[in-house]
Amino acid sequence: MPIIRVENLVKKFGNITAVDDVSFDVEEGAIFGFLGPNGAGKTTTISILCALLSPTSGRAFINGHDCIRESAAVRKSIGIVFQDTTLDKDLTAEENLLFHAYLYNVEKSERQKRVDDALKFVDLFNRKNDLVKKFSGGMKRRLEVARGLIHRPKVLFLDEPTLGLDPQSRTNLWEFISELPKRHDVTIFMTTHYMEEAEVCDNIAIIDNGKIIAEGSPDKLKKIIGGDVIYLKTKDDIKAKDEIKQALGLDASIKGGELFISTIRGDACIPEIIRILGESVLSVRLQRPTLNDVFLKLTGKAIREEEASGMGAIKEDVRTYMRRH
Amino acid sequence: MEFNAVYVIVAREFKKFVREKSRLISAIARPLVWLFLVGAGMSRLVAPVEGVSYMQFIFPGILGMTILFSSMFSSISIIWDKEFGFMKEILVAPVSRTSIVVGKALSGMVISTIQAVIILALFPFLGLKLGILNITGAVMICAALSFSIAAFGIVLATFYENYESFSVIMNFIIMPMFFLSGAMYPVKLLPEILRFAAKFNPLTYGIDALKHVISAQTQGVMSPDFNILTDLAVIAVTSVVFVVAGGWALERKA
Repeated sequence: MPIIRVENLVKKFGNITAVDDVSFDVEEGAIFGFLGPNGAGKTTTISILCALLSPTSGRAFINGHDCIRESAAVRKSIGIVFQDTTLDKDLTAEENLLFHAYLYNVEKSERQKRVDDALKFVDLFNRKNDLVKKFSGGMKRRLEVARGLIHRPKVLFLDEPTLGLDPQSRTNLWEFISELPKRHDVTIFMTTHYMEEAEVCDNIAIIDNGKIIAEGSPDKLKKIIGGDVIYLKTKDDIKAKDEIKQALGLDASIKGGELFISTIRGDACIPEIIRILGESVLSVRLQRPTLNDVFLKLTGKAIREEEASGMGAIKEDVRTYMRRH
Repeated sequence: MEFNAVYVIVAREFKKFVREKSRLISAIARPLVWLFLVGAGMSRLVAPVEGVSYMQFIFPGILGMTILFSSMFSSISIIWDKEFGFMKEILVAPVSRTSIVVGKALSGMVISTIQAVIILALFPFLGLKLGILNITGAVMICAALSFSIAAFGIVLATFYENYESFSVIMNFIIMPMFFLSGAMYPVKLLPEILRFAAKFNPLTYGIDALKHVISAQTQGVMSPDFNILTDLAVIAVTSVVFVVAGGWALERKA
């Protein structure tokens, strides 16, 4: 049996169907990505898997335990990093982790060692006695991931782990996350609404309005949208078009004074194209598929991304206000 | 029940309490203001009855007030934990809801009892003479009452989601509880309808029990209103009821 199994899951809140007949499996040791706009049903699904919410119908299993009937066993098997931070800002980094170790009944002889190891793993050992309120967003997120691993869960849930982080922290966090399965013998289940972030995933399910609309590896999904697009300006577009067709077998089309080439791995293609065309290349531009493109392709509508970040900003404002008063 | 979880919930609250000196100072300031400003003023209006001054009479009530405010505030911190997300960390853990409620109620108990003991230590300044037995009894009643009120606060906190509800709880629950508890005036002197309401207030019995151990010999209107055994039974029963109700409410709401 796979480490996570979801069968025909449905969750209704009044008239609203947040999760609509969702089924999927996640294999042990994999990084599984759950992609979709805010309000698509990602967090609701996670809440059901974490035994925080009962589904209207359907079944879910984690590590062989029924998420509805065996909530205690399920809770022991999982670690969670929520969308919004759930650290106690008035405690130190170490205290937050120790709290977790006690809460999950980690054996006394193991407690301090695991906390120290976790702090070292996320590079926060020398900050262990600092209050969490002094930490940056990226440090808090890392600390939360470390905390989620202290009780050695089988599955680690990451709900929008990079939300609100600057680009550099994002990149660092992704590198860090991609190493987790090997280093900690854990399966990762994460949600995001950025396609480019899902690159590290072994498998992805795209969810919209509570339904899974596409599923597969990142490469497979890219094929659905036609992969990357290379825009090329040359001294002689017609000649270039023929040369590309001959040398690489790729069909280029001319559109708005530019050559337009659809391909799976655009980044690897660019050096080839430049080698073939040589000095006649004037400019090259690579466009990677985004979740927006997948959405346009699959649903015919744009992702509601600005709405999501707007809500996040409001939440953050409220928090700042409360901290000051 | 998971003892490690209960322990760490209490340890967290205690650590934060010790760290925030200003919280302790303001928590101690409120009863002092009531005792020495309101009490001293009212002493001019209320003549001593059978040798008991008004300030001596309200002393158990002021202890009850200290407990009411600090236990309720401690439990209402659950609303803050919900708002800032920390509650989720506790709720997703493999810990029974009863352990969470007991841990939170014990936190309120520890913090309130410390404050109550500080106020209790002022008794010589009020001309009260308390033996070691009375003091021990008073501390134990304070602890039991703190637990009960904190558990009540947890039940309330499960129904509120944000900090705006704080003033609602303050104005419509904490203040009426205080004024209907026999803290400032004997329950037996209240008009019929208020006396009836006071009987449904758990704080009434806690303060009454404190009156028994602090001013047991008092006669007349300022004497305790109920039997001490009734008082203790009410504190015990309400504690259990509120813990069960709190666990149930957390299970349902979370």
